Amino acid sequence: MIAVNDVHKVFNKGKANQVNAVNGITLNITDSEFLVIVGSNGSGKTTLLNLVAGSVFPDAGNISIDNTDVSKLHDYKRSQWIARVFQNPMSGTASDLSILDNFRLAAIRTKTKGLSIGINDKFKQRVREKIATLGMGLETKIDQPMGTLSGGQRQALTLLMSVMDSCKVLLLDEPTAALDPRSADVVMRTADKLITDFKLTAILITHNLKDAYNYGTRVIQMSEGLVLRDLNNKQKSDLKQNDLFDWFS
Amino acid sequence: MDFYLTALLQGLCFSALALGIYISMKIFNIPDITTDGSYTLGGVVTGILLTHHQSPYIILPAVIIAGGIAGALTGLIHTKLKINALLAGILVMTALYSVNLTIMGRSNLPLISVSSLFSLIHIVTDPNQNSFWILAVFVMVITFLIGYLLKTDFGIAMRATGNSESMIRALGVNTDRMKITGLALANALTALSGYLIVQFQGFADISMGIGIVIVGLGSVIIAETLINWFKITSVWLSLVLVLAGAVVFQLVLAFTLAIGVDANLLKIVTAGFVLLIVSLPRLSLLKAS
Repeated sequence: MIAVNDVHKVFNKGKANQVNAVNGITLNITDSEFLVIVGSNGSGKTTLLNLVAGSVFPDAGNISIDNTDVSKLHDYKRSQWIARVFQNPMSGTASDLSILDNFRLAAIRTKTKGLSIGINDKFKQRVREKIATLGMGLETKIDQPMGTLSGGQRQALTLLMSVMDSCKVLLLDEPTAALDPRSADVVMRTADKLITDFKLTAILITHNLKDAYNYGTRVIQMSEGLVLRDLNNKQKSDLKQNDLFDWFS
Repeated sequence: MDFYLTALLQGLCFSALALGIYISMKIFNIPDITTDGSYTLGGVVTGILLTHHQSPYIILPAVIIAGGIAGALTGLIHTKLKINALLAGILVMTALYSVNLTIMGRSNLPLISVSSLFSLIHIVTDPNQNSFWILAVFVMVITFLIGYLLKTDFGIAMRATGNSESMIRALGVNTDRMKITGLALANALTALSGYLIVQFQGFADISMGIGIVIVGLGSVIIAETLINWFKITSVWLSLVLVLAGAVVFQLVLAFTLAIGVDANLLKIVTAGFVLLIVSLPRLSLLKAS
């Protein structure tokens, strides 16, 4: 599904603050694989995710999604395959817009945003039903501005929004980093359920080694812009939680 | 009383400008001061086409296109060359001064014995009331169109662009193109105000746009204060409040003149009034604490 081929990315090239974020990574992620990436700060995890999403372009190497070379495709064009959940709950939703408006945009992620009014009773009902599956009681509040919700609620809704339109790849960049343990748990379980139900190919970046242990079908550890360890589903299930902690000691 | 009626009519003329500033400042979060130039541009294009006895069906689209181009230029400079929006606006505004002067060929263009929007249509006999109804219909149509636009899928994407850029890009919207379109729309509206004012006051002038951005800002800020006060989320109501803001702003200025404040001091009164409105929420907070 996603093929990253010898990709390099350097920031501030030739300056004193030059950062070699990604130094020649090759990675093949198959259909419906749930890849978890761990690694210390500055190991290039987020840059790798941004390269896949198209927020930054590689200096060398290429990236393809669904057998299409997307190396030079902007993020808003790659949205035809990719949905994203950001670390900051503010980034994944629009605070001043109602929940309904946010869902409307998500429902037409892969389509053109035209000059017709897309929100009707049928759509409202669809959004209510979707939101009800979260069991947070938010289905009665769809006209409220997104900004009135807590970070956990917003992240959970962002996840739901990702499957409002056809979605093949889900990118999760530390989605629970800003949340309390309970909300974090709800968000991770929602994510896992959606990934399984919709057979999504997913990449999760996390600093929470428990999540890395509990979720995913493959785990890699990154260090200094390279893949240090790469464990497939079998190896991952043989892994003990303490082994993961040992990687960082 | 006529004095206040004139202020009301001026307020209606400025409501397109207020809607334009509302779009650039509140919806896109871009401080756009191309306004001074595009407002004059709208007026100048109207004036020159009227004196050349062009059909109203040509003048209106010409004004909208001229304003739109001015806004799109600011948008292009801001997004493609990554130049600060304020500076981009100042650049285009400055350049427009020469453009406007070239189009007019002189600094003032009187429109005496030229038929205008207000003399073409007769709804009632009293000229002031006639102007009022024409302006009211005009403003209502514009407000309806903008309100409808903001409700469409495109409009929701517009509103999201100024709110959460990372989100809307992830949802497949080219934010650069959206901002350029938004600034074009905002300045097309601003130019429409120039179009109305020139026909209303009967002349176009090269300096008519100086400091006009404050009129739009003031109107929007009045509206915003009310929107926050009453926690309004409806798009329609917000737009109506922006219109009300534009009228209130002119009425306050008329009142200032009516109580005998020197007309030369009008700009300082304007600035002071806007400052007062902006600081009002904070002043009342200070009192509360």
